[in-house]
Amino acid sequence: MTITEVRDRIRSGNSTARAEVEAAIERAEKAVSYNALLSITKDRALVRADAIDIRLRSGEDIGELAGVPFIAKDNMLVFGTPTTAASKILENFEAPFQAECIERLEAAGAICIGKANLDAFAHGGSTENSAFGVTKNPVDATRVAGGSSGGSAASVALGIVPFALGSDTGGSIREPASFCGVVGFKPTYGTVSRYGVVAMASSTDVIGPITSTVDDAMLVTKIMAGKDEKDVTTLPENTMLRPAKAVKTYGIVKEWLEGVDSEVKIATEKAIEAIRAQGHEVREVSLPTLHYALAVYYVVVPAEVASNLARYDGIRYGQRVEAASLSDLYTDTRHAGFMPENKRRILIGNYVLSSGYYDAYYKQAAKVRTRIIEEFEKAFEQCDVLIGAVSPVPAFTIGERTDDPLQMYLADVMTVPASLAGLPAISVPITPTRAGLPIGLQIVGRRMADVDVLMAARDIEGVS
Amino acid sequence: MSSISLDDVKKLGDLSALKVTDEEAVVLQKELEQILNYVAQLSEVDTEGVVPTYDVHYLHSVMRDDTVIDYGVSQDDLLKNAPARRGAQVEVPKVLDV
Repeated sequence: MTITEVRDRIRSGNSTARAEVEAAIERAEKAVSYNALLSITKDRALVRADAIDIRLRSGEDIGELAGVPFIAKDNMLVFGTPTTAASKILENFEAPFQAECIERLEAAGAICIGKANLDAFAHGGSTENSAFGVTKNPVDATRVAGGSSGGSAASVALGIVPFALGSDTGGSIREPASFCGVVGFKPTYGTVSRYGVVAMASSTDVIGPITSTVDDAMLVTKIMAGKDEKDVTTLPENTMLRPAKAVKTYGIVKEWLEGVDSEVKIATEKAIEAIRAQGHEVREVSLPTLHYALAVYYVVVPAEVASNLARYDGIRYGQRVEAASLSDLYTDTRHAGFMPENKRRILIGNYVLSSGYYDAYYKQAAKVRTRIIEEFEKAFEQCDVLIGAVSPVPAFTIGERTDDPLQMYLADVMTVPASLAGLPAISVPITPTRAGLPIGLQIVGRRMADVDVLMAARDIEGVS
Repeated sequence: MSSISLDDVKKLGDLSALKVTDEEAVVLQKELEQILNYVAQLSEVDTEGVVPTYDVHYLHSVMRDDTVIDYGVSQDDLLKNAPARRGAQVEVPKVLDV
């Protein structure tokens, strides 16, 4: 199901916003066993749909998404919905204001029908860290849907809605998209405002769409993109409005094919052949410092997580565990409200930030991060885009990696580099495994060359 | 090799305002050690003279005019999520023992 299909049905009078919203909610209710959604907001969605139908009937031009239903990741504030970040501590939190990305989509006529499951506070790559249960993979329910935006990717793959929103700090849009066989786009850092989105790691957090086509990903990103005074890290220019440049040279990143599952490798090589057959120049490039990207990520991100999660103390909002003293109230509340993975990251973060370790861990990681950025810049002198696998493996089985946090982190090895450098990156489906498990191809572009990445993805879409 | 003691784990819990039970500390000790040993490979990279990156846009303090902006959020909306309140105030346990 694509956005344009739904939108055109409504525009031509063959359907209504109400009918589309009702049908989407019905599909969501039927697919409840996948645990893709944490809440459905039927009443508000129907009120909005009826209002849009009235305006459409009077001939008003509402916007590019008039009447199109969508699902937001549950770390985004949406009126009339709880926003839990899949955590106990925010279980009963009600949005007092709306995320800017939601405001912009609603201004274009889109209708949020519910909130998608995630790893609590977006910490993880499988949604197994959700306080409300794992999301099952639509292709094989014994496997994970990926994460942290697993509920968003599963919702699109299940055909509940034509698009869902995810957030990507180290691969949380791209990895679940690749596991579920849909398109997941992480724009350049600063493209989409994060106002009203639960912060994880502020130096890499990015909002982006999960869709069934590249064109839809482009459309949704274009509507959300652009400067927002409420998020000072947004770029002054809406780079989604730049004209597309021809993508001529593709760089195959050697490090993004090493150590990957054989079926992932075969599918990726087949995609590379298809790119070559289209007449593009393909060359192999090596970025040796990528070897250290995962280590950089698991220092920098926990440090930022520890700082961003300090605000959850049971005082002004969220769950509170009553205690005799104020300090016990803090420590007991946080103990009860966070998941084990949240705690690991908070503790690691405060370790690498503490005096005596700061220089060796945090500052050193920030310097290696610079080296990685420089290597990307050098590679982009020779290549227009860089390609490789998204994840070293297809969707793994539920429970397979939960006892070994480090093993879980290793699934992020090829998605974290673009996050650390703030580069646009997409996962686009390619040939699945023999068993039918989806595989994604990752395309990474120059900073602010989001349109080029999307054009390259469109070239490979459906070809391989 | 980084080694972390049970005491270190508890101390980190204190720094993080996070209760760590004895049972949790045993598991965390092993997990944190494993993670820290993995990230310790960063010391292999020559970073002599390299400027650290904390933010990919290299933004410094972004200033705006010191004027009130109405974000359309009411005091009542913000307070409705408070776990305990009295009127327009958030209620907390006694801080000072007098």
